[in-house]
Amino acid sequence: MFTGFDFDVIQRSAGYLFREGMTFTVTLTVMAMTTGIVLGTLLAMMRLSSFRVLAMLAGGYVNLMRSIPLVLVIFWFYFLVPWMGGWLIGATEPIQVGAFMSSFITFTLFEAAYYCEIMRAGIQSIPRGQVWAGYALGLNYWQSMGHVVLPQAFRNMLPILLTQTIILFQDTSLVYVLSITDFLGAASKVAQRDGRLVEMYLFVAVVYFIISYFLSYLVKRLQARIAVPGKL
Amino acid sequence: MAMIEMKGVSKWYGSFQVLTDCTTNVDKGEVVVVCGPSGSGKSTLIKCVNALEPFQKGDVVVDGISVGDPKTDLPKLRARVGMVFQHFELFPHMSVSNNLALAQVKVLGRSKDEATARGMKYLERVGLTEHAHKYPGQLSGGQQQRVAIARALSMDPIAMLFDEPTSALDPEMINEVLDVMVGLAQEGMTMMVVTHEMGFARKVANRVIFMDKGEIVEDAKKDDFFGKPRSERAVQFLSKILHH
Repeated sequence: MFTGFDFDVIQRSAGYLFREGMTFTVTLTVMAMTTGIVLGTLLAMMRLSSFRVLAMLAGGYVNLMRSIPLVLVIFWFYFLVPWMGGWLIGATEPIQVGAFMSSFITFTLFEAAYYCEIMRAGIQSIPRGQVWAGYALGLNYWQSMGHVVLPQAFRNMLPILLTQTIILFQDTSLVYVLSITDFLGAASKVAQRDGRLVEMYLFVAVVYFIISYFLSYLVKRLQARIAVPGKL
Repeated sequence: MAMIEMKGVSKWYGSFQVLTDCTTNVDKGEVVVVCGPSGSGKSTLIKCVNALEPFQKGDVVVDGISVGDPKTDLPKLRARVGMVFQHFELFPHMSVSNNLALAQVKVLGRSKDEATARGMKYLERVGLTEHAHKYPGQLSGGQQQRVAIARALSMDPIAMLFDEPTSALDPEMINEVLDVMVGLAQEGMTMMVVTHEMGFARKVANRVIFMDKGEIVEDAKKDDFFGKPRSERAVQFLSKILHH
């Protein structure tokens, strides 16, 4: 069935694919996840804030990000970030932003909207009495958030946050539209050069599948482990 | 001297009035029981004392400090008033000993060691030292509520608020919690207690406040309240909860 195919190309290019491509993909995923969750949590706190303006700003941002296709956001930010950076530091010329930085900012801002909705659900899942108990002991807003609400919300939502991260891991492959050498980008370069499209794209699919599947499995294991002792 | 002074407190949820012109005092060392049918606003009233529930009219003054004044440092005020909730509200992700230490460290600025030691002292008082390392979910309801009382006490409060502390408990656990509360009352703690436990009220209360439909209908000395309640609504209420 596979006569005429040359799977040797995988072996020849594997070093390059993983060293260059996968390193970029994984670094981007982990960094965008970390800052995305932090930003998303702040957005969630804003959305639930009793200050109308804050809630509306955060709500608008989240809805905007969730209503635009990711590819468009990637394009927009790729061209906009240098200008925004220049404007921020008061330069007249757009600043130089590397491919990594640009995609890191894009994915952080985009994924924050999704992480925000997860954290919002997480925060809302904590009974009001918990917040009361924190306040009654004299904790202020930030202390009761930091020590009482968020740790529980985060723990409850961890499986969903990680599942979202698996989606992020797959989504990062879209940076290939900017000719960035992520895992898919690297494979596609080799594929074009050697004329081995089917083999390479097949290989890429298998690798994404294995990693994502393995991560999902880990999330399930984790879910069982982090359960609070004695809690239903 | 009034430790807690409520002056014409009124509160609305939208157009629905939950509290109407509630006025009362709790003196230092006094134990006041608040009772009344469900939905009468007892829990809301007691939560106004430490501003967990904001109110729109009137004022509450705790140890000379106005709760309604926007300039009041609410966290500081709340740290001095202990509160015990119907559903315990221990922090489930922390061990018992950390539940007791958290606010002591974060609010009172005590060292972790000092806070833990004080926590242990109060845990001993409620008879739960051997459970210090456990998580709240591993304890029975009665034990959790005793931990919650110890948690409030470890902040050295000037007064304690109890919001239906035994109504979520299985019957056989009610007494272990009431015993702790009786002990506190006899030591002279200023207490405001929302409860249906009339046995507790008879035993240690100085005064009983009876509420109905958001109003304080009766505010009387314990013996007067149980002996000859003045209002028809209190008579009815008492006959309902005492006759079985």
